[in-house]
Amino acid sequence: MKRTIGVIIFFVCLVVIWEALVRMEVWSPVLVPSPLSVLRYIGQALADGTMEHAILVTMRRLLVGYGLGLLVGLPLGLLTARFKLMEHTLGVIALGFQTLPSVCWVPLALLWFGQTESAMLFVVTMGTLWSALIATDNGVRTVPPIYVRAARTMGSRGLHTWSRVIVPASLPFIISGMKQGWAFAWRSLMAAEIYVTILTGFGLGHLLHYGRELQAMDQVVAIMLVIIVIGLLADKILFSPWERFLYRRWGTEKA
Amino acid sequence: MTPDTPKLVVENVTKRFRTRKGEIHALDNVSLAVRETEFVCLVGPSGCGKTTLLNLIAGLDLPDNGRILADGKPVAGPGSDRMVMFQEPALFPWLDVFDNVMFGLKLKPRLNNKERTEVATYYLELVGLERFMYANVHELSGGMKQRVALARCLAPNPRVLLMDEPFASLDALTREQLYRDLQAICQKRPKTVVFVTHNVREAVCLGDRVVLFSPNPGRVQEQFTVDLPRPRDINSVDLAKHATEITRALKRHLHPDLTEVAE
Repeated sequence: MKRTIGVIIFFVCLVVIWEALVRMEVWSPVLVPSPLSVLRYIGQALADGTMEHAILVTMRRLLVGYGLGLLVGLPLGLLTARFKLMEHTLGVIALGFQTLPSVCWVPLALLWFGQTESAMLFVVTMGTLWSALIATDNGVRTVPPIYVRAARTMGSRGLHTWSRVIVPASLPFIISGMKQGWAFAWRSLMAAEIYVTILTGFGLGHLLHYGRELQAMDQVVAIMLVIIVIGLLADKILFSPWERFLYRRWGTEKA
Repeated sequence: MTPDTPKLVVENVTKRFRTRKGEIHALDNVSLAVRETEFVCLVGPSGCGKTTLLNLIAGLDLPDNGRILADGKPVAGPGSDRMVMFQEPALFPWLDVFDNVMFGLKLKPRLNNKERTEVATYYLELVGLERFMYANVHELSGGMKQRVALARCLAPNPRVLLMDEPFASLDALTREQLYRDLQAICQKRPKTVVFVTHNVREAVCLGDRVVLFSPNPGRVQEQFTVDLPRPRDINSVDLAKHATEITRALKRHLHPDLTEVAE
């Protein structure tokens, strides 16, 4: 409770100082918008539906692309960990592509898919897939062999061993890979939305971009705030439950 | 299977391991037969192949030469009729204590969930951990973890128990309690047990038969029948006498390795 109050006081002070500096006209109002104008823009954009629409468009791209990335990446990671041939082929490709910032896929994606949703999904998926694959692969490789031996003596075989022992034992790695994939996907989607106009829907990145074109710094700062809030919420909703589970079960060291 | 057929047969088994430092001759032409419901202790210094033999019987590894039979059938892989308790607890950190014990039970299709829950609870009570049923593995002490591991391998009621120095890491009091419990369990639900240890007293306390191993390469040196009445107390004088005799034999066989022998 004390902590919450402290945090609130801190942010109120921050906003007050910001507003004061703007009123003192330390900088040109074109360069630094006042917090009130930022708030006004948010209210306006919410009222006319621009903001909700942009958030919806962006989140749909992010969640669908991220989901696809996991859906493909996690099983492929199991395959590269299990089969030498996959390790030497797909594993090597994954290592390479993981180092490539996925926004670098945008030119190719535009060429293949045009200025459409598919191009955006492709970029987001590429940001997620390789991290998920490599994390799963690492996780499976670091499972202590004694777990598998113990499970086998209790009658566990094949698929059962994979789904009940190897995958759960790799969870600490898989979760951190999923987090990294999410960060990559989110960043690359914002970069892509800012620098390419996608005709099928205007996301948050586009709003940010138009803010700049219109010299509307209140819009730019407002969108930046929204992006921050979405990032924080996603972390809380998507990953906190998993991290709490890891912490509870594994204790402090591995989670 | 006739009553005379041994439960487990080890026939001229040889096993080598290739390591970076060269080849290790873990077992050399080892033969052993274990009767149904017999409790056999394998004793010897570290590196004499006892654990290797246990893994072979478990089916976790295959012999280079010779064969291993369980119920007269060659062992081709692990099976839940031969449950293993390892040196380390090997509990699953993603499950709580109760679900760890349930793991093996869930692989027994003949039980329904109510029965499984009852069995798991029964064995957790038996090892004195009923208050820790829903604890996480990392919250338990080393001794408690090993007791969960014991409950986990007893719960599916295997006919054969293969135990690899399971009590080595426990404190003396807990260990003595478990000696009593293990004897009681074997009395109530007769099991064939192969128990690896380097503690001669432990072997005499638990075993119907003590098999001495010598290292480099691992061989069976001598066998002793222990016909003390049960339940046995590890601190009894009779037991100490037997242990002394076996320890003497062990030292005789392993002259150069005296220091390795416990007790």
